[in-house]
Amino acid sequence: MEKVALKDSSYQLKRAKILNIKKLTDKEKFFEIALMDRDYLDHEPGQFIMISLLGIGEVPISICSSPTRRDSFDICVRAVGKVTNKLHKLKTGDEVGIRGPYGKGFPVRILEGNDLLIIAGGLGLAPLRSLITYVLDNRRDFGKVHILFGCKEPKEILFSDEMKKWSERTDLHYACTVDRADPEWAGNVGVITTLIPGVDIEPSRTFAAVVGPPVMYNFVIKELLAKGIPERQILLSFERHMKCGNGKCGRCQIQNLYCCQDGPVFNYEKIKYLSEAF
Amino acid sequence: MQHHTSYVILKKERFDDFISSLSRMQKLVAPVAKGFNNYSFEEVHSAKNIALKYIPTILPAKKFFMPQRETLLEYRVSKHVKAEAVVEYEKMTIFGLHTCDLAGIQCLNMVFSERPKDYNYLTRKNKITLIGLECNEYCDEYASCHLVNASFPSGGYDLFFTDLGDYFIVHVNTLTGERILDITNCFEKSSEANLNELYRMREKKRKIFSNEIPIKSRHIPELFDRSFRSLVWKELDERCLACGNCTNVCPTCYCFDIKEEVDLSLMHGIRYRVWDSCQLEPFAKISGGINFRKERSARQRHRYYRKFRYPIDKFSRFFCTGCGRCTRTCMAGISLKETLNELLKESEDRLWRRWL
Repeated sequence: MEKVALKDSSYQLKRAKILNIKKLTDKEKFFEIALMDRDYLDHEPGQFIMISLLGIGEVPISICSSPTRRDSFDICVRAVGKVTNKLHKLKTGDEVGIRGPYGKGFPVRILEGNDLLIIAGGLGLAPLRSLITYVLDNRRDFGKVHILFGCKEPKEILFSDEMKKWSERTDLHYACTVDRADPEWAGNVGVITTLIPGVDIEPSRTFAAVVGPPVMYNFVIKELLAKGIPERQILLSFERHMKCGNGKCGRCQIQNLYCCQDGPVFNYEKIKYLSEAF
Repeated sequence: MQHHTSYVILKKERFDDFISSLSRMQKLVAPVAKGFNNYSFEEVHSAKNIALKYIPTILPAKKFFMPQRETLLEYRVSKHVKAEAVVEYEKMTIFGLHTCDLAGIQCLNMVFSERPKDYNYLTRKNKITLIGLECNEYCDEYASCHLVNASFPSGGYDLFFTDLGDYFIVHVNTLTGERILDITNCFEKSSEANLNELYRMREKKRKIFSNEIPIKSRHIPELFDRSFRSLVWKELDERCLACGNCTNVCPTCYCFDIKEEVDLSLMHGIRYRVWDSCQLEPFAKISGGINFRKERSARQRHRYYRKFRYPIDKFSRFFCTGCGRCTRTCMAGISLKETLNELLKESEDRLWRRWL
């Protein structure tokens, strides 16, 4: 048996350094990361990377910053498994391995000139933050922008500082809801679908971008269709387990599609017939 | 005539010489009898160890192209990320591949050549020489190679042997094949009579290899389009043991898991991939515990669709080679031909009901 180095391997890692860490909630942390060797990630909003901790493992994580900022990128990580728990223990200056970016993100060139209805459930805000910050950095290229966010409890709210800023902006409409309120909560209570009927949109020129837990999709899609948004203008990002990111390992397959290569962002019109998607 | 030059013959009395000479060139692998009608691709040095008449081996030749366990990355465990992608390979010749197994390798070639290319597979594939061996009749009742157009040779080999009694007629398909002829020096020119004998054998074979399942292969994708909600899957739900045997022995199954291992010094580690199976319960689970293919019926259905429907759009071919391994190995007696027959029957019943 012979062994040789494989320079072109898609499994080769890029070195990256953690520049900044912030605690967002009890379970979620925010990491600002930069590739070393003066490399740029060059992603599109909605894409993901594979992040490696050598000796522990590798996981797919959505990029949550806009590609308009090139020197570094952000991820938001919930501690749920071996790798993500260890990630939470890392410090500023520590190194991680990166592969990617992978997948098809939000088609920003197509979205330009249209109105946007962005709907985020819980951690679904992370991939959508890459789109939101992109849109805000190129605000003049887009029409009206609505952002709806929902989560279970107020203490689960991610990026609350940024949300506060969004809610103060006059050039976008922001609404937020929680399933269960606590005594300090003054906002809306109810599932995220309760926010949709009240949004004033012109359906023919509105694109909806939806990311959230699996249970959310069916209900949200129903509301969006009731609102009159055409199927082809509903964009959904799916979460699946991924091991390779190259469309080979088979983990993330939704019927005939690979989430890692054909998605994670899909056009509802093209996938509505896939029962394994919902 | 031009095509004469691409066919040569090997007399049976020179077969021993050929195999010995071949095994001296580089590692030689061929089907070996393991008892109880089981066969395995293993290293051989002499012709007497080779089973020329054999039913498909327990594991297909994919074990050489995509080893059950394979290192992808080697690294040092340190504060700095120092990792190197690697490929392990071995030069070898595989002798005696049936047309179903050659079809399986062609499927894997397509998958791993698709971008992003898998250089681990492709590097290894470049180092392996393939010599086919024709089945003049069925290996057993589980085979359905004719249904999926894999019963006759259609490329994907360097040399291809057909047994014509006293001699083999050999198709030379590549430069590597020609090189083997030169080095082993056991072959003779073929004559018009030899080729005629090959055509006669193929004519006879065409009559034997037919009607495995009462459907034309071009209608199979439609059958599957109609069968996603079929009750046949529900039936499999009750029988399937979710052991993953069917996917392990399948020549076109290539799903894998990626794992990590650090040695005892805690200094060096490797990242490696191992065969995985869509039939195992955690395969389609995501964080939070939601499983997108929780039912065994859904997992079996997924397996069949990955053979007969999904690859049609992407690769324009079935990812079933009709080798019958999944049926032979299934502990619950789930039979591929039976499942296809049941889908067909159910689908026809539905069509009839619409007419009545």
